[in-house]
Amino acid sequence: MATGVDERPVRIVDAPLAPPAENLGLLSVFKRRYLLKLLVQREISGRYSNSILGVFWSYINPLTQFCVYWLFMGKIMGADKGMDNYPVHLFAGLVIVHFFTETFGAGTRSLLGNKGLLKKMAMPKEMFPVASMLVSLYHLVPATLILVVVCLFSGWTPTWETVPSFLLALGIVMALGTALALVFSLANVFFRDFGSAVNILTNYIRFGVPMMYPFSMIEGALGDKAWIYLLNPIADAVLLFQQAFWVGVTPNPEETAATHLPENLWMWGLGAFGVSLVLLVIAQVVFSKHENKIPERLT
Amino acid sequence: MTLRQAQDTGAADSIVVDGVTKNFTLRYHRSIKDITVAKMKGRAVSNTFKALDDVTFTIKQGESVGLMGLNGSGKSTLLKLISGVMRPDQGVVKTRGQIAGLIATGAGFHPQLSGRENIFLNAAIYGLSEEETAAIYDDVVNFAELGDHLNSPVGNYSSGQYSRLGFSVAVHIDSDIFLADEVLAVGDKPFKKKCMEKMEEIRDSGRTVVYVSHAAGSVKRMCDRVICLEKGRLVFDGDVDEGIEYLHYGEDDAKGSAKLKQLEAADSALGAEV
Repeated sequence: MATGVDERPVRIVDAPLAPPAENLGLLSVFKRRYLLKLLVQREISGRYSNSILGVFWSYINPLTQFCVYWLFMGKIMGADKGMDNYPVHLFAGLVIVHFFTETFGAGTRSLLGNKGLLKKMAMPKEMFPVASMLVSLYHLVPATLILVVVCLFSGWTPTWETVPSFLLALGIVMALGTALALVFSLANVFFRDFGSAVNILTNYIRFGVPMMYPFSMIEGALGDKAWIYLLNPIADAVLLFQQAFWVGVTPNPEETAATHLPENLWMWGLGAFGVSLVLLVIAQVVFSKHENKIPERLT
Repeated sequence: MTLRQAQDTGAADSIVVDGVTKNFTLRYHRSIKDITVAKMKGRAVSNTFKALDDVTFTIKQGESVGLMGLNGSGKSTLLKLISGVMRPDQGVVKTRGQIAGLIATGAGFHPQLSGRENIFLNAAIYGLSEEETAAIYDDVVNFAELGDHLNSPVGNYSSGQYSRLGFSVAVHIDSDIFLADEVLAVGDKPFKKKCMEKMEEIRDSGRTVVYVSHAAGSVKRMCDRVICLEKGRLVFDGDVDEGIEYLHYGEDDAKGSAKLKQLEAADSALGAEV
Protein backbone atom coordinates (compact mmCIF):
# COMPACT_ATOMS: atom_id res chain seq x y z
CA MET A 1 0.00 0.00 0.00
CA ALA A 2 1.06 3.51 -0.67
CA THR A 3 2.31 5.53 2.19
CA GLY A 4 -0.03 8.43 2.78
CA VAL A 5 0.93 11.79 1.40
CA ASP A 6 0.92 13.29 4.87
CA GLU A 7 3.49 10.77 6.10
CA ARG A 8 6.03 11.69 3.44
CA PRO A 9 8.29 14.69 3.31
CA VAL A 10 7.18 17.33 0.83
CA ARG A 11 9.81 18.98 -1.25
CA ILE A 12 9.75 22.75 -1.13
CA VAL A 13 10.01 23.95 -4.71
CA ASP A 14 11.46 27.41 -5.06
CA ALA A 15 9.89 28.22 -8.38
CA PRO A 16 6.82 30.11 -9.51
CA LEU A 17 3.67 28.41 -10.70
CA ALA A 18 3.89 29.01 -14.43
CA PRO A 19 2.82 27.46 -17.72
CA PRO A 20 5.21 24.57 -18.47
CA ALA A 21 7.95 25.15 -21.03
CA GLU A 22 7.31 28.81 -21.55
CA ASN A 23 8.90 29.87 -24.78
CA LEU A 24 10.47 33.18 -25.66
CA GLY A 25 11.09 32.10 -29.23
CA LEU A 26 14.52 32.91 -30.66
CA LEU A 27 15.55 34.42 -27.32
CA SER A 28 15.12 31.00 -25.69
CA VAL A 29 17.25 29.50 -28.44
CA PHE A 30 20.15 31.76 -27.58
CA LYS A 31 19.61 31.27 -23.84
CA ARG A 32 20.01 27.53 -24.33
CA ARG A 33 23.22 27.54 -26.31
CA TYR A 34 24.41 24.18 -25.02
CA LEU A 35 21.32 22.44 -26.37
CA LEU A 36 21.72 24.37 -29.61
CA LYS A 37 25.33 23.20 -29.82
CA LEU A 38 24.27 19.57 -29.40
CA LEU A 39 21.60 19.92 -32.07
CA VAL A 40 24.05 21.54 -34.48
CA GLN A 41 26.58 18.77 -33.83
CA ARG A 42 23.88 16.22 -34.42
CA GLU A 43 22.83 17.76 -37.67
CA ILE A 44 26.39 18.09 -38.91
CA SER A 45 26.88 14.37 -38.39
CA GLY A 46 23.33 13.52 -39.43
CA ARG A 47 22.74 15.60 -42.55
CA TYR A 48 24.65 13.21 -44.75
CA SER A 49 24.42 10.09 -42.62
CA ASN A 50 24.29 6.74 -44.40
CA SER A 51 26.05 8.24 -47.40
CA ILE A 52 29.52 7.16 -48.49
CA LEU A 53 30.69 10.61 -49.55
CA GLY A 54 29.22 12.22 -46.44
CA VAL A 55 29.98 15.88 -45.97
CA PHE A 56 31.56 16.08 -49.43
CA TRP A 57 28.05 16.29 -50.83
CA SER A 58 27.98 19.78 -49.42
CA TYR A 59 30.78 20.65 -51.88
CA ILE A 60 29.93 18.33 -54.76
CA ASN A 61 26.64 20.12 -55.20
CA PRO A 62 28.05 23.65 -55.73
CA LEU A 63 31.08 22.27 -57.56
CA THR A 64 29.00 20.49 -60.20
CA GLN A 65 26.81 23.57 -60.52
CA PHE A 66 29.96 25.59 -61.03
CA CYS A 67 31.13 23.31 -63.85
CA VAL A 68 27.75 23.33 -65.60
CA TYR A 69 27.24 27.08 -65.34
CA TRP A 70 30.80 27.85 -66.33
CA LEU A 71 30.57 25.62 -69.40
CA PHE A 72 27.06 26.45 -70.59
CA MET A 73 26.44 29.97 -69.38
CA GLY A 74 30.00 31.20 -69.58
CA LYS A 75 31.55 29.45 -72.55
CA ILE A 76 28.64 28.37 -74.77
CA MET A 77 26.08 31.13 -74.07
CA GLY A 78 28.83 33.71 -73.80
CA ALA A 79 27.90 35.28 -70.47
CA ASP A 80 31.57 35.82 -69.71
CA LYS A 81 32.11 38.15 -72.66
CA GLY A 82 33.45 41.50 -71.55
CA MET A 83 34.01 40.19 -68.04
CA ASP A 84 37.30 39.67 -66.33
CA ASN A 85 37.76 36.50 -64.33
CA TYR A 86 34.25 35.11 -64.85
CA PRO A 87 34.93 31.87 -62.88
CA VAL A 88 35.53 33.87 -59.67
CA HIS A 89 32.35 35.88 -60.32
CA LEU A 90 30.46 32.62 -60.66
CA PHE A 91 32.12 30.89 -57.71
CA ALA A 92 31.72 33.81 -55.30
CA GLY A 93 28.02 33.95 -56.17
CA LEU A 94 27.62 30.19 -55.76
CA VAL A 95 29.16 30.19 -52.29
CA ILE A 96 26.70 32.68 -50.83
CA VAL A 97 23.71 31.40 -52.82
CA HIS A 98 24.44 27.85 -51.69
CA PHE A 99 24.54 29.05 -48.09
CA PHE A 100 21.07 30.46 -48.60
CA THR A 101 19.54 27.49 -50.43
CA GLU A 102 21.03 25.01 -47.96
CA THR A 103 19.60 26.99 -45.04
CA PHE A 104 16.24 27.30 -46.76
CA GLY A 105 16.02 23.64 -47.79
CA ALA A 106 17.37 21.99 -44.64
CA GLY A 107 15.53 24.49 -42.45
CA THR A 108 12.23 23.69 -44.14
CA ARG A 109 12.72 19.97 -43.44
CA SER A 110 14.01 20.53 -39.89
CA LEU A 111 10.79 20.22 -37.87
CA LEU A 112 9.52 17.21 -39.74
CA GLY A 113 12.92 15.54 -39.51
CA ASN A 114 12.98 15.87 -35.72
CA LYS A 115 9.47 14.75 -34.98
CA GLY A 116 10.71 12.03 -32.64
CA LEU A 117 11.97 14.72 -30.30
CA LEU A 118 9.20 17.25 -30.87
CA LYS A 119 6.39 14.83 -30.06
CA LYS A 120 7.84 13.79 -26.74
CA MET A 121 9.89 16.63 -25.31
CA ALA A 122 9.12 20.24 -24.52
CA MET A 123 11.67 22.65 -25.96
CA PRO A 124 11.80 25.80 -28.06
CA LYS A 125 10.91 24.54 -31.52
CA GLU A 126 12.79 27.43 -33.12
CA MET A 127 15.91 25.44 -32.19
CA PHE A 128 15.66 23.30 -35.29
CA PRO A 129 15.45 25.93 -38.06
CA VAL A 130 18.18 27.91 -36.31
CA ALA A 131 20.37 24.81 -36.01
CA SER A 132 19.89 24.18 -39.75
CA MET A 133 21.08 27.68 -40.51
CA LEU A 134 24.15 27.25 -38.29
CA VAL A 135 25.05 23.92 -39.92
CA SER A 136 24.90 25.59 -43.34
CA LEU A 137 27.07 28.39 -41.95
CA TYR A 138 29.53 25.74 -40.78
CA HIS A 139 29.62 24.28 -44.29
CA LEU A 140 30.25 27.77 -45.66
CA VAL A 141 33.64 27.98 -43.93
CA PRO A 142 35.63 25.59 -46.17
CA ALA A 143 33.89 26.94 -49.30
CA THR A 144 34.94 30.46 -48.33
CA LEU A 145 38.51 29.30 -47.71
CA ILE A 146 38.62 27.78 -51.19
CA LEU A 147 37.25 31.03 -52.59
CA VAL A 148 39.94 33.05 -50.80
CA VAL A 149 42.69 30.73 -52.07
CA VAL A 150 41.36 30.98 -55.64
CA CYS A 151 41.24 34.77 -55.32
CA LEU A 152 44.79 34.93 -53.98
CA PHE A 153 46.04 32.86 -56.92
CA SER A 154 44.17 35.22 -59.27
CA GLY A 155 46.09 38.21 -57.97
CA TRP A 156 43.58 39.44 -55.42
CA THR A 157 43.93 42.84 -53.78
CA PRO A 158 41.55 43.07 -50.82
CA THR A 159 40.33 46.52 -49.88
CA TRP A 160 38.74 47.99 -46.77
CA GLU A 161 35.40 47.00 -48.28
CA THR A 162 36.20 43.28 -48.40
CA VAL A 163 35.48 42.25 -44.81
CA PRO A 164 32.45 44.51 -44.17
CA SER A 165 30.89 43.45 -47.50
CA PHE A 166 31.44 39.79 -46.64
CA LEU A 167 29.95 40.17 -43.16
CA LEU A 168 26.97 42.20 -44.35
CA ALA A 169 26.21 39.59 -47.02
CA LEU A 170 26.37 36.85 -44.36
CA GLY A 171 24.12 38.88 -42.09
CA ILE A 172 21.49 39.28 -44.81
CA VAL A 173 21.46 35.57 -45.64
CA MET A 174 21.51 34.45 -42.01
CA ALA A 175 18.54 36.64 -41.09
CA LEU A 176 16.53 36.01 -44.26
CA GLY A 177 17.40 32.29 -44.33
CA THR A 178 16.32 31.84 -40.71
CA ALA A 179 13.11 33.81 -41.32
CA LEU A 180 12.18 31.65 -44.29
CA ALA A 181 13.27 28.46 -42.52
CA LEU A 182 10.98 29.30 -39.59
CA VAL A 183 7.92 29.95 -41.74
CA PHE A 184 8.47 27.13 -44.23
CA SER A 185 9.37 24.51 -41.61
CA LEU A 186 6.09 25.38 -39.89
CA ALA A 187 4.11 25.31 -43.15
CA ASN A 188 5.74 22.02 -44.10
CA VAL A 189 4.35 20.39 -40.96
CA PHE A 190 0.82 21.26 -42.04
CA PHE A 191 1.21 20.75 -45.78
CA ARG A 192 4.07 18.73 -47.17
CA ASP A 193 3.65 20.67 -50.44
CA PHE A 194 5.89 23.40 -49.05
CA GLY A 195 8.88 21.11 -48.99
CA SER A 196 8.48 20.55 -52.72
CA ALA A 197 7.84 24.22 -53.41
CA VAL A 198 11.15 25.13 -51.80
CA ASN A 199 13.02 23.13 -54.44
CA ILE A 200 11.38 25.14 -57.21
CA LEU A 201 12.02 28.45 -55.46
CA THR A 202 15.64 27.46 -55.02
CA ASN A 203 16.03 27.03 -58.77
CA TYR A 204 14.64 30.50 -59.44
CA ILE A 205 16.95 32.04 -56.86
CA ARG A 206 20.02 30.89 -58.81
CA PHE A 207 18.82 32.78 -61.88
CA GLY A 208 17.61 35.80 -59.95
CA VAL A 209 21.02 36.85 -58.67
CA PRO A 210 24.12 38.24 -60.45
CA MET A 211 26.10 35.03 -60.36
CA MET A 212 25.98 33.45 -63.84
CA TYR A 213 25.71 36.87 -65.43
CA PRO A 214 26.93 40.31 -64.31
CA PHE A 215 24.62 42.94 -62.85
CA SER A 216 25.48 45.18 -65.81
CA MET A 217 23.45 42.79 -67.97
CA ILE A 218 20.35 43.50 -65.87
CA GLU A 219 21.02 47.22 -66.06
CA GLY A 220 21.26 46.83 -69.82
CA ALA A 221 17.95 44.99 -69.98
CA LEU A 222 15.91 46.92 -67.39
CA GLY A 223 17.53 50.34 -67.74
CA ASP A 224 16.41 52.69 -64.98
CA LYS A 225 14.09 50.00 -63.61
CA ALA A 226 17.07 47.90 -62.47
CA TRP A 227 16.25 48.88 -58.88
CA ILE A 228 13.42 46.31 -58.97
CA TYR A 229 16.06 43.60 -59.27
CA LEU A 230 17.83 44.99 -56.21
CA LEU A 231 14.72 44.57 -54.07
CA ASN A 232 15.73 40.92 -53.79
CA PRO A 233 17.90 40.73 -50.64
CA ILE A 234 19.74 37.70 -52.00
CA ALA A 235 20.76 39.68 -55.09
CA ASP A 236 22.15 42.38 -52.79
CA ALA A 237 24.03 39.77 -50.76
CA VAL A 238 25.53 38.31 -53.94
CA LEU A 239 26.56 41.77 -55.15
CA LEU A 240 28.24 42.37 -51.78
CA PHE A 241 30.11 39.09 -52.27
CA GLN A 242 31.18 40.23 -55.73
CA GLN A 243 32.37 43.48 -54.15
CA ALA A 244 34.28 41.53 -51.51
CA PHE A 245 35.95 38.97 -53.77
CA TRP A 246 35.47 39.33 -57.52
CA VAL A 247 36.10 43.07 -57.94
CA GLY A 248 39.53 42.65 -56.36
CA VAL A 249 40.68 40.00 -58.83
CA THR A 250 39.91 42.05 -61.96
CA PRO A 251 42.76 44.06 -63.55
CA ASN A 252 41.07 47.39 -62.89
CA PRO A 253 38.90 47.09 -59.74
CA GLU A 254 37.59 50.66 -59.80
CA GLU A 255 36.38 50.38 -63.34
CA THR A 256 34.88 46.95 -62.66
CA ALA A 257 32.96 48.29 -59.66
CA ALA A 258 31.69 51.25 -61.67
CA THR A 259 30.60 49.03 -64.57
CA HIS A 260 29.27 45.91 -62.90
CA LEU A 261 28.05 46.97 -59.45
CA PRO A 262 25.03 49.18 -58.77
CA GLU A 263 25.46 52.65 -57.32
CA ASN A 264 24.86 52.86 -53.58
CA LEU A 265 25.48 49.12 -53.04
CA TRP A 266 26.14 49.78 -49.35
CA MET A 267 22.78 51.45 -48.99
CA TRP A 268 21.06 48.55 -50.74
CA GLY A 269 22.95 46.06 -48.59
CA LEU A 270 22.08 47.75 -45.31
CA GLY A 271 18.50 48.12 -46.48
CA ALA A 272 18.32 44.41 -47.34
CA PHE A 273 19.73 43.54 -43.93
CA GLY A 274 17.13 45.74 -42.24
CA VAL A 275 14.32 44.19 -44.26
CA SER A 276 15.61 40.70 -43.46
CA LEU A 277 15.60 41.49 -39.75
CA VAL A 278 12.02 42.77 -39.99
CA LEU A 279 11.05 39.59 -41.84
CA LEU A 280 12.73 37.57 -39.09
CA VAL A 281 10.57 39.29 -36.48
CA ILE A 282 7.43 38.67 -38.57
CA ALA A 283 8.47 35.04 -39.04
CA GLN A 284 8.86 34.67 -35.27
CA VAL A 285 5.39 36.11 -34.68
CA VAL A 286 3.84 33.72 -37.23
CA PHE A 287 5.79 30.79 -35.78
CA SER A 288 4.76 31.56 -32.20
CA LYS A 289 1.14 31.82 -33.25
CA HIS A 290 1.02 28.35 -34.77
CA GLU A 291 3.77 26.33 -33.08
CA ASN A 292 1.45 24.85 -30.44
CA LYS A 293 -0.25 22.87 -33.20
CA ILE A 294 3.04 21.32 -34.35
CA PRO A 295 3.25 18.21 -32.09
CA GLU A 296 -0.24 17.00 -32.96
CA ARG A 297 0.33 17.48 -36.69
CA LEU A 298 3.60 15.59 -36.80
CA THR A 299 2.43 12.20 -37.89
CA MET B 1 -5.33 9.78 0.84
CA THR B 2 -7.70 12.23 -0.67
CA LEU B 3 -7.16 15.67 -2.03
CA ARG B 4 -8.59 17.25 1.09
CA GLN B 5 -6.02 15.62 3.31
CA ALA B 6 -3.21 16.65 1.01
CA GLN B 7 -4.40 20.23 1.17
CA ASP B 8 -4.30 20.02 4.93
CA THR B 9 -0.56 19.51 4.82
CA GLY B 10 -0.26 23.01 3.45
CA ALA B 11 1.86 21.97 0.51
CA ALA B 12 2.07 24.32 -2.44
CA ASP B 13 0.26 23.69 -5.69
CA SER B 14 2.44 21.66 -8.01
CA ILE B 15 0.17 21.20 -11.03
CA VAL B 16 -2.89 23.33 -11.72
CA VAL B 17 -5.15 22.30 -14.57
CA ASP B 18 -8.03 24.71 -14.97
CA GLY B 19 -10.83 24.30 -17.48
CA VAL B 20 -8.54 22.68 -20.03
CA THR B 21 -9.89 21.68 -23.41
CA LYS B 22 -7.81 20.26 -26.22
CA ASN B 23 -9.26 19.69 -29.69
CA PHE B 24 -7.66 17.51 -32.29
CA THR B 25 -8.42 17.87 -35.94
CA LEU B 26 -8.82 14.61 -37.74
CA ARG B 27 -7.97 15.09 -41.35
CA TYR B 28 -9.68 12.60 -43.54
CA HIS B 29 -8.56 14.16 -46.77
CA ARG B 30 -5.40 16.00 -47.35
CA SER B 31 -4.89 16.63 -51.06
CA ILE B 32 -6.99 18.93 -53.24
CA LYS B 33 -8.20 15.90 -55.18
CA ASP B 34 -9.35 14.12 -52.02
CA ILE B 35 -11.06 17.24 -50.69
CA THR B 36 -12.89 17.83 -53.97
CA VAL B 37 -14.10 14.25 -54.15
CA ALA B 38 -15.25 14.39 -50.52
CA LYS B 39 -17.10 17.67 -51.08
CA MET B 40 -18.85 16.31 -54.14
CA LYS B 41 -19.95 13.20 -52.31
CA GLY B 42 -21.12 15.32 -49.42
CA ARG B 43 -18.77 13.72 -46.92
CA ALA B 44 -17.07 15.63 -44.15
CA VAL B 45 -13.69 17.04 -45.14
CA SER B 46 -12.42 17.01 -41.60
CA ASN B 47 -13.81 16.85 -38.12
CA THR B 48 -12.52 17.71 -34.71
CA PHE B 49 -12.91 15.86 -31.49
CA LYS B 50 -12.28 16.89 -27.94
CA ALA B 51 -9.37 14.89 -26.58
CA LEU B 52 -9.83 16.76 -23.32
CA ASP B 53 -13.05 18.49 -22.36
CA ASP B 54 -13.05 21.10 -19.59
CA VAL B 55 -10.74 19.23 -17.23
CA THR B 56 -10.01 20.87 -13.88
CA PHE B 57 -7.94 19.62 -10.95
CA THR B 58 -5.07 20.67 -8.74
CA ILE B 59 -2.21 18.49 -7.56
CA LYS B 60 -0.22 19.50 -4.50
CA GLN B 61 3.52 19.18 -4.26
CA GLY B 62 4.41 15.71 -3.03
CA GLU B 63 1.20 14.03 -4.12
CA SER B 64 1.33 10.83 -6.10
CA VAL B 65 -1.58 10.67 -8.48
CA GLY B 66 -2.65 7.77 -10.65
CA LEU B 67 -4.16 8.80 -13.95
CA MET B 68 -6.49 6.11 -15.23
CA GLY B 69 -8.94 5.52 -18.00
CA LEU B 70 -9.46 3.47 -21.09
CA ASN B 71 -7.29 3.78 -24.18
CA GLY B 72 -8.07 7.04 -25.94
CA SER B 73 -9.58 8.68 -22.89
CA GLY B 74 -7.05 11.52 -23.01
CA LYS B 75 -4.43 10.43 -20.47
CA SER B 76 -1.41 10.92 -22.71
CA THR B 77 -2.78 14.20 -24.06
CA LEU B 78 -3.13 15.43 -20.50
CA LEU B 79 0.46 14.46 -19.74
CA LYS B 80 1.64 16.24 -22.87
CA LEU B 81 -0.12 19.39 -21.72
CA ILE B 82 1.38 19.11 -18.23
CA SER B 83 4.87 18.51 -19.63
CA GLY B 84 4.55 21.47 -22.01
CA VAL B 85 4.86 19.46 -25.23
CA MET B 86 1.38 20.66 -26.17
CA ARG B 87 -0.61 23.70 -25.16
CA PRO B 88 -4.31 23.70 -24.33
CA ASP B 89 -6.81 25.28 -26.73
CA GLN B 90 -8.81 26.60 -23.79
CA GLY B 91 -8.03 26.84 -20.12
CA VAL B 92 -4.74 27.07 -18.27
CA VAL B 93 -2.08 24.59 -17.26
CA LYS B 94 0.44 25.73 -14.68
CA THR B 95 3.26 23.79 -13.11
CA ARG B 96 5.92 24.51 -10.54
CA GLY B 97 9.54 23.49 -11.00
CA GLN B 98 11.42 21.08 -13.19
CA ILE B 99 9.41 18.42 -15.02
CA ALA B 100 10.81 15.10 -16.20
CA GLY B 101 9.30 11.84 -17.29
CA LEU B 102 8.16 9.60 -20.04
CA ILE B 103 5.21 10.16 -22.33
CA ALA B 104 3.64 7.21 -24.13
CA THR B 105 6.34 4.68 -23.27
CA GLY B 106 9.18 6.43 -25.09
CA ALA B 107 11.51 9.30 -24.60
CA GLY B 108 12.33 11.79 -27.30
CA PHE B 109 15.41 10.28 -28.84
CA HIS B 110 17.16 10.81 -32.09
CA PRO B 111 17.36 7.49 -33.96
CA GLN B 112 20.66 8.30 -35.67
CA LEU B 113 22.48 9.14 -32.46
CA SER B 114 24.02 6.56 -30.16
CA GLY B 115 22.58 5.88 -26.73
CA ARG B 116 25.43 7.83 -25.19
CA GLU B 117 24.84 10.90 -27.36
CA ASN B 118 21.12 10.68 -26.74
CA ILE B 119 21.66 10.76 -22.97
CA PHE B 120 23.42 14.10 -23.36
CA LEU B 121 20.85 15.45 -25.83
CA ASN B 122 17.92 14.29 -23.71
CA ALA B 123 19.41 15.81 -20.57
CA ALA B 124 20.11 19.07 -22.41
CA ILE B 125 16.46 19.26 -23.46
CA TYR B 126 15.55 18.92 -19.79
CA GLY B 127 17.81 21.91 -19.24
CA LEU B 128 20.91 20.25 -17.81
CA SER B 129 24.35 21.62 -18.61
CA GLU B 130 27.19 19.44 -19.87
CA GLU B 131 28.72 19.20 -16.38
CA GLU B 132 25.39 18.32 -14.78
CA THR B 133 24.86 15.58 -17.34
CA ALA B 134 28.36 14.23 -16.83
CA ALA B 135 27.63 14.05 -13.09
CA ILE B 136 24.61 11.77 -13.53
CA TYR B 137 25.92 9.94 -16.61
CA ASP B 138 27.30 6.87 -14.83
CA ASP B 139 24.13 6.41 -12.81
CA VAL B 140 22.02 6.66 -15.95
CA VAL B 141 24.15 4.07 -17.73
CA ASN B 142 24.20 1.68 -14.78
CA PHE B 143 20.47 1.92 -14.32
CA ALA B 144 19.69 1.33 -18.00
CA GLU B 145 21.97 -1.74 -18.20
CA LEU B 146 22.39 -1.54 -21.94
CA GLY B 147 26.00 -2.68 -22.08
CA ASP B 148 27.68 -2.29 -25.46
CA HIS B 149 24.46 -1.13 -27.09
CA LEU B 150 25.12 2.28 -25.61
CA ASN B 151 27.42 3.04 -28.51
CA SER B 152 25.04 1.97 -31.26
CA PRO B 153 22.30 4.21 -32.70
CA VAL B 154 19.07 4.06 -30.70
CA GLY B 155 17.25 3.46 -33.98
CA ASN B 156 18.51 -0.12 -33.67
CA TYR B 157 17.23 -0.55 -30.12
CA SER B 158 14.35 -2.79 -29.23
CA SER B 159 11.34 -1.05 -27.73
CA GLY B 160 12.39 -2.38 -24.34
CA GLN B 161 15.91 -1.01 -24.63
CA TYR B 162 14.52 2.27 -25.87
CA SER B 163 12.29 2.85 -22.89
CA ARG B 164 14.95 1.60 -20.48
CA LEU B 165 17.21 4.39 -21.63
CA GLY B 166 14.44 6.99 -21.61
CA PHE B 167 13.27 5.99 -18.16
CA SER B 168 16.80 5.95 -16.85
CA VAL B 169 17.50 9.52 -18.01
CA ALA B 170 14.15 10.77 -16.73
CA VAL B 171 14.53 9.34 -13.21
CA HIS B 172 18.02 10.75 -12.81
CA ILE B 173 16.92 14.31 -13.59
CA ASP B 174 16.40 16.17 -10.33
CA SER B 175 12.78 16.93 -11.18
CA ASP B 176 10.08 18.39 -8.97
CA ILE B 177 7.35 16.74 -11.04
CA PHE B 178 7.77 13.25 -12.40
CA LEU B 179 5.46 12.02 -15.16
CA ALA B 180 5.31 8.32 -15.90
CA ASP B 181 3.17 7.16 -18.77
CA GLU B 182 2.78 3.38 -19.00
CA VAL B 183 6.46 3.02 -18.20
CA LEU B 184 5.92 -0.58 -17.29
CA ALA B 185 4.22 -1.56 -20.52
CA VAL B 186 7.52 -2.61 -22.03
CA GLY B 187 10.57 -3.94 -20.33
CA ASP B 188 11.13 -7.25 -18.62
CA LYS B 189 10.10 -8.20 -15.13
CA PRO B 190 13.36 -7.42 -13.30
CA PHE B 191 13.46 -4.02 -14.92
CA LYS B 192 9.84 -3.31 -14.04
CA LYS B 193 10.64 -4.11 -10.44
CA LYS B 194 13.55 -1.71 -10.54
CA CYS B 195 11.36 1.00 -12.10
CA MET B 196 8.69 0.63 -9.45
CA GLU B 197 11.28 0.89 -6.71
CA LYS B 198 12.83 3.94 -8.31
CA MET B 199 9.46 5.64 -8.67
CA GLU B 200 8.67 4.92 -5.04
CA GLU B 201 11.97 6.49 -4.15
CA ILE B 202 11.03 9.57 -6.19
CA ARG B 203 7.64 9.72 -4.53
CA ASP B 204 9.11 9.30 -1.07
CA SER B 205 11.52 12.17 -1.62
CA GLY B 206 8.54 14.54 -1.72
CA ARG B 207 8.34 15.03 -5.45
CA THR B 208 5.05 15.12 -7.30
CA VAL B 209 4.33 11.97 -9.32
CA VAL B 210 1.71 11.54 -12.02
CA TYR B 211 1.51 7.89 -12.93
CA VAL B 212 -0.47 6.60 -15.88
CA SER B 213 -1.20 2.92 -15.74
CA HIS B 214 -3.83 0.33 -16.44
CA ALA B 215 -2.42 -1.89 -13.74
CA ALA B 216 -4.63 -1.44 -10.72
CA GLY B 217 -2.10 -3.20 -8.50
CA SER B 218 0.77 -0.86 -9.23
CA VAL B 219 -1.49 2.21 -8.98
CA LYS B 220 -2.56 1.04 -5.53
CA ARG B 221 1.04 0.63 -4.56
CA MET B 222 2.26 3.93 -6.01
CA CYS B 223 -0.51 6.43 -5.61
CA ASP B 224 -2.56 8.12 -2.93
CA ARG B 225 -5.11 9.62 -5.29
CA VAL B 226 -6.66 8.57 -8.57
CA ILE B 227 -7.97 10.73 -11.39
CA CYS B 228 -10.08 8.97 -14.01
CA LEU B 229 -10.73 10.22 -17.49
CA GLU B 230 -13.48 9.06 -19.80
CA LYS B 231 -13.70 10.39 -23.35
CA GLY B 232 -11.71 13.43 -22.35
CA ARG B 233 -13.80 14.30 -19.31
CA LEU B 234 -12.73 14.03 -15.71
CA VAL B 235 -15.15 11.53 -14.21
CA PHE B 236 -13.49 10.67 -10.92
CA ASP B 237 -11.02 12.35 -8.61
CA GLY B 238 -10.34 10.90 -5.22
CA ASP B 239 -9.46 7.77 -3.27
CA VAL B 240 -7.42 5.08 -5.00
CA ASP B 241 -9.63 2.12 -4.16
CA GLU B 242 -12.78 3.98 -5.10
CA GLY B 243 -11.19 5.09 -8.35
CA ILE B 244 -10.23 1.57 -9.30
CA GLU B 245 -13.68 0.39 -8.37
CA TYR B 246 -15.19 3.18 -10.41
CA LEU B 247 -13.44 1.91 -13.49
CA HIS B 248 -14.46 -1.71 -12.81
CA TYR B 249 -10.94 -2.67 -13.61
CA GLY B 250 -10.47 -6.37 -14.14
CA GLU B 251 -13.72 -6.82 -12.32
CA ASP B 252 -16.46 -9.21 -12.83
CA ASP B 253 -19.19 -7.64 -10.68
CA ALA B 254 -20.41 -10.97 -9.40
CA LYS B 255 -16.95 -12.01 -8.23
CA GLY B 256 -15.61 -9.40 -5.89
CA SER B 257 -13.11 -11.79 -4.39
CA ALA B 258 -11.76 -12.77 -7.79
CA LYS B 259 -11.04 -9.11 -8.41
CA LEU B 260 -9.20 -8.83 -5.14
CA LYS B 261 -7.09 -11.85 -5.97
CA GLN B 262 -6.29 -10.37 -9.32
CA LEU B 263 -5.14 -7.16 -7.71
CA GLU B 264 -2.97 -9.03 -5.29
CA ALA B 265 -1.46 -11.03 -8.13
CA ALA B 266 -0.87 -7.79 -9.98
CA ASP B 267 0.84 -6.36 -6.95
CA SER B 268 3.25 -9.22 -6.71
CA ALA B 269 3.88 -9.21 -10.44
CA LEU B 270 4.40 -5.44 -10.29
CA GLY B 271 2.07 -4.60 -13.05
CA ALA B 272 3.04 -7.51 -15.24
CA GLU B 273 -0.44 -7.63 -16.72
CA VAL B 274 -0.19 -4.09 -18.10
